[in-house]
Amino acid sequence: MNRKTKLALLEMMLRIRKTELRLAEIYRSGDLTGALHLYEGEEAIAAGVCAALNRDDFITSTHRGSGHCVARGMPLRTLIAEVYGKATGCCGGKGGHMHMFDVDAGIMGTTGIVGAGMPLATGLGLSIQLRKTSQVAVAFFSDGASNNGAFHESLNMAAVWKLPVLFVCENNGYATSVSARRSTSVTDIGVRGAGYGIPGVTVDGNRVDRVYQAASEAVRRARAGEGPTLIECQTYRIRGHYEGDDWWEYRDSAEVEEARRRDPIAFWQAALVEDGVLGEKTLDEMNARIDSDIEDAVQFAAASPLPEPEQAFVPAHPQPA
Amino acid sequence: MPILTYREALNQALREEMRADPDVFLIGEEVAEYQGAYKVSEGLLAEFGARRVIDTPISEEAIAGAGVGAAMAGLKPVVEMMTVNFSLLALDQIVNHAAKYYYMSGGQYNVPMVMRAPTGVGLQLGAQHSQNFESWFVHVPGLKVVLPATPADAKGLLKSAIRDPDPVIFLEHELIYLSKGEVPAEDYAVPLGVADVKREGADVTIITYSRMTLFALKAAERLAERGISAEVVDLRTLRPLDIDTVVESVRKTHRAVVCEEDWPMCGMAAEVIAQIQTEAFDDLDAPILRVSGVDVPMPYAKNLEKMAVPGEEDVYQACLRVTEGHRD
Repeated sequence: MNRKTKLALLEMMLRIRKTELRLAEIYRSGDLTGALHLYEGEEAIAAGVCAALNRDDFITSTHRGSGHCVARGMPLRTLIAEVYGKATGCCGGKGGHMHMFDVDAGIMGTTGIVGAGMPLATGLGLSIQLRKTSQVAVAFFSDGASNNGAFHESLNMAAVWKLPVLFVCENNGYATSVSARRSTSVTDIGVRGAGYGIPGVTVDGNRVDRVYQAASEAVRRARAGEGPTLIECQTYRIRGHYEGDDWWEYRDSAEVEEARRRDPIAFWQAALVEDGVLGEKTLDEMNARIDSDIEDAVQFAAASPLPEPEQAFVPAHPQPA
Repeated sequence: MPILTYREALNQALREEMRADPDVFLIGEEVAEYQGAYKVSEGLLAEFGARRVIDTPISEEAIAGAGVGAAMAGLKPVVEMMTVNFSLLALDQIVNHAAKYYYMSGGQYNVPMVMRAPTGVGLQLGAQHSQNFESWFVHVPGLKVVLPATPADAKGLLKSAIRDPDPVIFLEHELIYLSKGEVPAEDYAVPLGVADVKREGADVTIITYSRMTLFALKAAERLAERGISAEVVDLRTLRPLDIDTVVESVRKTHRAVVCEEDWPMCGMAAEVIAQIQTEAFDDLDAPILRVSGVDVPMPYAKNLEKMAVPGEEDVYQACLRVTEGHRD
């Protein structure tokens, strides 16, 4: 990995983290309502996987999807405006935080239905195969979704047809309030790949370098026509299922504190400093750039108009003649 | 005009659209080598190959999701569910994804997918294999729902459904695949959202769709023998609903009977009746009657099944009731 990539991975993780923490702050102030599912502590996965993709590749994502959107390069202005439910949002205020789309960034929907992005990615993979392009499709999902029927149907189908799909399982330890320990038959979900005759790898999801490496290999396989890969990235959901969730009801704060000590950004930052790749000036510039982009986006979103009432009926399905 | 079966007409539509547009492909359980559970895809694998006529695992959610994903990428999948009963396993992809993505994405993605499925009662297939779910699909903004009754409509509507930019649920009644009718030899399409007056009349309007249309036409002939002139409106597309054609007819006849094979509760007939009374209350000379399936899971025994499924006699009797005192 070259210096530029190393720094880009750090900057992307910081951009995701800071964007989301800013959203959390606004949410607490009461200026945002709706459901906000945040990704704090899991940034290495979105950053690492998306760094291995091309602009014309596809992703499907989840209710905890703003990290993936940022990592795919969705403009912060349209992302934050959508969370505000404003006319200038990526979906004109029709989607919201759980339902983000960006045709320019290959974001084929962050679906609010757990597991549902996998069949869609399978279909995107099928379209790639039928059109003989060299794209790949990535489905981000969670440990919870790996217990869902859509997981089984999609992995089997993609394996049988050797579709160019990456199934990226973000094992963050919790499916809403229920721990993976209590709900998932295996500790390492990567082993489930064997059940479909495809590579199933388990990596430390807090190590952006390892995620990037695993994703790069899976992308190589996919583009070479060798079929799908299951990548389990083990991480931890620092925050509650949603903002306002009483997470202390179902887990010890000691567990959360321990997870904070394995912070993916702090780790990578220290590694780059040690490597001599990252100096104070570079880091300051990086932070300043991100902070300025976020503030610009927040101001843009806050100042943007709400959708006009008639927009409730737009886009209207074209009526047959 | 050539005479074709309903099944042959569907097959022609698929073949012609696949020839015309390389983005159209067929995907579903045993659609390729077996040529479809009801043989609708006969010959298509041989002509178009395994890339465009795709046998799937028995994975309804992934089949539907694969259709939605491919459609979002710009292809035009025709997804065959072996029967509509199995589409329940795919409802999340149909309702939460196919139907909503155009709206929720602010128009960034449309989903030009057709989900075809055999529907309705069969011959003693029992409760899980003898159902109608059109009212479930019709309930959902973002879906279009089509149920053709004749071979000509089956072909023309399927062609329009494949060309349509939105997800279309296309339901083919299992017991009319072998019914025959004239099908134009030239290239044509029947637009979605347009009802068809299958028989003109003056005394009562029978509003129906799918196989019940055939019963309505037979009932109308018997009613004519009694001096009652029945108009038969075949809705053909349930969503978007061509209520204008219905209302125009009811304004003329002042009486209406709405017929469906489906269960009555919250069914299509209930919706049509609500819209008629809103639009044409003052034109009505009698309460609107409804003919529906019996409100039980379909029984297996032959005699019980016969009792549960509405037919020509039920339509006939309802029309007599609604026109009582009008003629005699």
